[in-house]
Amino acid sequence: MTQGIYKIKSNINLAPSIFKMIILGDTSALTRPGQFVNIKIDGLYLRRPISVCDYNDTEITLIYKTVGEGTQIMSQMAEGDTLDVLVGLGNGFDTSKSGDTALLIGGGVGIPPLYKLCKDLISNGKNVKVILGFNKQSEIFYEDEFKNLGAEVFVTTVDGSYGINGFVTNAMENLDYDYFYTCGPEPMFKAIENTVKTSGQYSFEERMGCGFGACMGCSCKTKYGNKRICKDGPVLQREEIIW
Amino acid sequence: MVNTKVDLCGIELSNPIIPASGTFGFGYEFADLYDINMLGTFSFKGTTKDARFGNPTPRIAETPCGMLNSVGLQNPGVDKVISEELPKLKKVFSKPVMANVSGFAVEDYAYTCEKLDSEAQIGWFEVNISCPNVHGGGLAFGTSAKNAEAVTKAVKKVTNKPVFIKLSPNVTDITEIAKACESAGADGISLINTLLGMRIDLKTKKPILANKMGGFSGPAIKPVALRMIYQVYDAVKIPLIGMGGVTTAEDVIEMMLAGATAVQVGAANLVEPFACKNIIEDLPRVMEKYKIDNLKDIIGGAHNG
Repeated sequence: MTQGIYKIKSNINLAPSIFKMIILGDTSALTRPGQFVNIKIDGLYLRRPISVCDYNDTEITLIYKTVGEGTQIMSQMAEGDTLDVLVGLGNGFDTSKSGDTALLIGGGVGIPPLYKLCKDLISNGKNVKVILGFNKQSEIFYEDEFKNLGAEVFVTTVDGSYGINGFVTNAMENLDYDYFYTCGPEPMFKAIENTVKTSGQYSFEERMGCGFGACMGCSCKTKYGNKRICKDGPVLQREEIIW
Repeated sequence: MVNTKVDLCGIELSNPIIPASGTFGFGYEFADLYDINMLGTFSFKGTTKDARFGNPTPRIAETPCGMLNSVGLQNPGVDKVISEELPKLKKVFSKPVMANVSGFAVEDYAYTCEKLDSEAQIGWFEVNISCPNVHGGGLAFGTSAKNAEAVTKAVKKVTNKPVFIKLSPNVTDITEIAKACESAGADGISLINTLLGMRIDLKTKKPILANKMGGFSGPAIKPVALRMIYQVYDAVKIPLIGMGGVTTAEDVIEMMLAGATAVQVGAANLVEPFACKNIIEDLPRVMEKYKIDNLKDIIGGAHNG
């Protein structure tokens, strides 16, 4: 984990309540897709944990949803503004566990961390199928970006306004894969858990205090003992999760 | 050159800064970030007789200028603390450490302290009789002078190390409890633990914390802490460790003027992982600014004249 002051390169609206922010600075603490950053916001006490969508040597891409005061303030920040950020938090996804064909399943604002994961899996020579779940057509983002990486992309909408009608699990029915990765809301996880036949990894969300393992605010029980979502997670192996 | 040393019950601290229990684990998360040997000491994660998972999540909520937590003393239990945590702690921290101990009955406290007493690295006990998160309805064990006295006596029987009793602010008269601890043999008082608080989510119309109530900490509580330290300093002769919203070197000096011999930093560590390092490095500058040569000379300074 590192702490630094990052300069905002861009901050744009992708879909209703969904924003994409690129920040510039040291990215050396990021070692895996699925890690997150923790952002200090003026006037608010606790930092805001935001998953990393993508990164390279100089930039970090964050896609976030305006769900509360913190993300609302973030959405109003402009190019050139600076942020105090803790970078390189969490374990991230383990790409070495994937078989030849990986299925990535994202629900809403759980989709962003799968982007860098998709990129890394494809550059490791894996076939990647991606299911992106939304409520309706107007909420869709990043469909083309995943396609441009070379993934086979399926979009589901709950109201049937675009792509496959229904939930991500409707798209899973006829797909072949030998490993899966997912990030999204917990009800989606439970539906996936009842559908998947292979091993895989789930990326969880929880209210956090510190984000780096000190406060025990985000603990959960697993089959292998207590884990901190922020430090030992947010990614847990399917086999260790107690539902 | 200013002097930041203070004496805490016969053990010299290079500076009075002590990360507070529950915000610093057993030290390793922070040892990855900076050399934690620069700290005066630190108070390790509250340890109980048996392992505890703590309360259901969410356990954290934000407030203006602070936060609520209802962690509920998650810890691996005293046996694993001794066999697993302390050997790891020793590798990253070479000074005497403060052992924070909690319990649910007088015998629990005595049991846990007796087990920890033989650990050479433990310099002091800090006996938490004030966690608001573990007793039904948020009532802490130490909200009666009688209980405080009983725990103090029981712990003093099993150790010769200095014993600080950590007090709850959620009482009508904290000086009465402090006096009961002093007369039962306590070597010092730590204050204040968190204030009992609540937040409600307008979307769900329910309390944010799964436990409904939690301990309120952060800069918002500093004036309450200062007032109580000031009152307890007048009521007892034993040294005080002051805490409650400390974020800056200026806050440390304010706590000491109120009567604290050493000062703990809690919630600030969670927001700013380098908080204690920054405070320690800034302390000489702030001392010079306020013309303080010897930090220990200002303890209780606000009471003079």
